[in-house]
Amino acid sequence: MSPALLPEVWRISDFRWETPQTFSLSCEKPEVQTRVQTLNPFRPGQFNMLYVFGVGEVPISISGSPENTSAQIHTIRKVGAVTNALAELKPGQSLGIRGPFGSAWPLHKAKGKDLVIVAGGLGLAPVRPVIYAALAMRSEIRSLTLLYGARQHAEILYADELLSWQTGAEIAVHITLDQATQSWQGRVGVVTSLIQAQDLDADRTLALICGPEIMMRYSAHTFLEKGLKPEQIYVSLERNMQCAVGFCGHCQYGPHFICKDGPVFRYDKVQSLLNTREV
Amino acid sequence: MQTEVVLLQRLHLDLLLSQLQAAGYQTVGPVVRDQAIVYDRIQSTADLPMGIGDIQGKGSYRLRSRDDAALFGYVVGPQAWKKYLYPPRQLLMRAEQNSRGLQITAPDQEVPKYAMIGVRGCELKAIQIQDRVFLEGPYSDDFYRERREQIFILAVNCTEPGNTCFCVSMEAGPAAGPGYDLAITEMLETAEPCYLARAGSAKGAELLKHCNPSHAPATLLEKENALWTAAAAQMGRSLNPEQASAALKSGYESTHWKDVGERCLSCSNCTLVCPTCFCSGVQEVTDLAGTSSERWREWDSCFSLNFTLTAGRPIRQSPGARYRQWISHKLAFWQDQFDQSGCVGCGRCITWCPVGIDLTSEIEALNALQTKT
Ligand SMILES: Cc1cc2nc3c(=O)[nH]c(=O)nc-3n(C[C@H](O)[C@H](O)[C@H](O)COP(=O)(O)OP(=O)(O)OC[C@H]3O[C@@H](n4cnc5c(N)ncnc54)[C@H](O)[C@@H]3O)c2cc1C
Ligand code: SF4
Ligand code: SF4
Repeated sequence: MSPALLPEVWRISDFRWETPQTFSLSCEKPEVQTRVQTLNPFRPGQFNMLYVFGVGEVPISISGSPENTSAQIHTIRKVGAVTNALAELKPGQSLGIRGPFGSAWPLHKAKGKDLVIVAGGLGLAPVRPVIYAALAMRSEIRSLTLLYGARQHAEILYADELLSWQTGAEIAVHITLDQATQSWQGRVGVVTSLIQAQDLDADRTLALICGPEIMMRYSAHTFLEKGLKPEQIYVSLERNMQCAVGFCGHCQYGPHFICKDGPVFRYDKVQSLLNTREV
Repeated sequence: MQTEVVLLQRLHLDLLLSQLQAAGYQTVGPVVRDQAIVYDRIQSTADLPMGIGDIQGKGSYRLRSRDDAALFGYVVGPQAWKKYLYPPRQLLMRAEQNSRGLQITAPDQEVPKYAMIGVRGCELKAIQIQDRVFLEGPYSDDFYRERREQIFILAVNCTEPGNTCFCVSMEAGPAAGPGYDLAITEMLETAEPCYLARAGSAKGAELLKHCNPSHAPATLLEKENALWTAAAAQMGRSLNPEQASAALKSGYESTHWKDVGERCLSCSNCTLVCPTCFCSGVQEVTDLAGTSSERWREWDSCFSLNFTLTAGRPIRQSPGARYRQWISHKLAFWQDQFDQSGCVGCGRCITWCPVGIDLTSEIEALNALQTKT
């Protein structure tokens, strides 16, 4: 049966907690060591279906670098049956993986442009691969900026990595928190305030947005106010998904199937749907 | 190439059935069960609903006895052929977890070989619509494909459409379009019906040859043509697909959905009976020892609340939003997704809706609202 339909058995090579509710799973294909097979190559923005024995299967974005050929990383928040079961897995244990599926961030369009990546909460995970890929072709991109909003200090993802990026010169990183605590010296406010504070050259900007739907809607609005056209903005959408290959019907979003037409959409394709309730 | 039309008698149909069985086919067709016509195994024409017709309307279905010996004198019942190609429950995979680790295997299942007897034009088109969903996208569904590749289709051209039918609007009938192996028209000229038959495939032609049939007389062919023309003019309903799609797109946020939502029970009947509806969910079933597990796919419906459960809550919470999704998918979004309509005009969803919601009237109402404002 097609590997898109039948999961392959992969092994957990590393497990780490990122925040109290969120963890990263590095997964490798057992054959990669023995038969020098390559991993299923993926494009930043794509996702895998992760299967836990006896529990079920869920869509999870790939959050590692596309150049990492030994393992694929997934960053997951515990929210229900399958994600809780994924959190119980230990290095050396197995899981099933199908994928990668879906559309990717249009990085080729960033050449010569100002690339602004906006992430809210866990939305940083699906854009991290595109950050890696952008850094790898940094000389071809005019400027690279990450605007990241998290709820509270303890929920900042990949804190060490963000810090190392902040101290370098290749990517500008701005972080804001919804709730201020004593441990936080930085900015407080919604992520759109970071967009507002940017001095954008509207004609040369490419914006990639990933986070809760309401955050993407407001962020896109803010970019439009700043003079970007809808065609310069991309968002990544999420809907209940049972199969990831266009058969189950659950992820339909107006005329689109999020699994095969998305999850990454150019904003003009989904703008009116995003502004409609109960689609 | 002009297909040759031959004349068959009922005994020839029995001959065809036994030949199909000898070739390893399970012959399935219409039978009467629980006061409805459903599809099940048949052995011979004696199993067919002889002399039985039906009366259909919004939210109503009744069998009636006809005053002839028609074998195919009914319209369409609550079941669609999809149950054979895309079963309500399908084992997708097995997993074992033991000392050797995790193993995942595809189910090893025998693929049934069906000969479908009595497929109407609308139903043939519905099968082709599901082909596009399951076979012609970026991925192909192996379970569907294996069954689909083996089927034999004996189509029956419609001559007496029902009150909820509108296949003419959807270009799906009353005569069956290409894609069948054999197609027949039941002619009720004489006490014992006779059948005009056409082969649509080499398999069909081969079978016909064994019947040693005679050429159809020209007079009978003229009568057949007249029957089709009359049938096309007798459709109980009609719909303009382009207008419907445009009305749904411009009326996506209409107040009309709230109105439908107050009538719709979210019972899912319409999606179950619809021959093109394809949505499914998966279920993980584990054995008591916890060492083996199975993944089953089951028919699901966009009318169930948890269908859109995402990040802890269902997206389409109101019944009106769920009805809007269903009808918009059928008559508008399907075009965007698969380059054709998702409706064949079989009328099942109208007949089997317990509260008599009729998609053609909902489109009219939506249109009326839009032209008013
Ligand atoms: C394209 C895509 C990428 C995603 N990437 C990530 C990621 O990188 N990290 C992460 O933590 N989460 C991600 N999600 C969300 C993740 O799939 C859900 O949190 C997960 O399905 C919840 O499953 P559960 O069984 O733990 O929760 P429950 O609430 O028990 O969910 C029950 C079932 O509903 C469905 N479901 C519920 N919520 C969602 C949802 N948000 N999206 C899709 N199906 C859902 C699933 O079939 C799930 O098994 C992504 C979703 C999509 C569609
Ligand atoms: S939507 Fe209704 S009329 Fe159209 S194919 Fe489905 S059941 Fe038949
Ligand atoms: S439209 Fe009718 S059949 Fe369909 S879910 Fe609503 S009440 Fe049930």
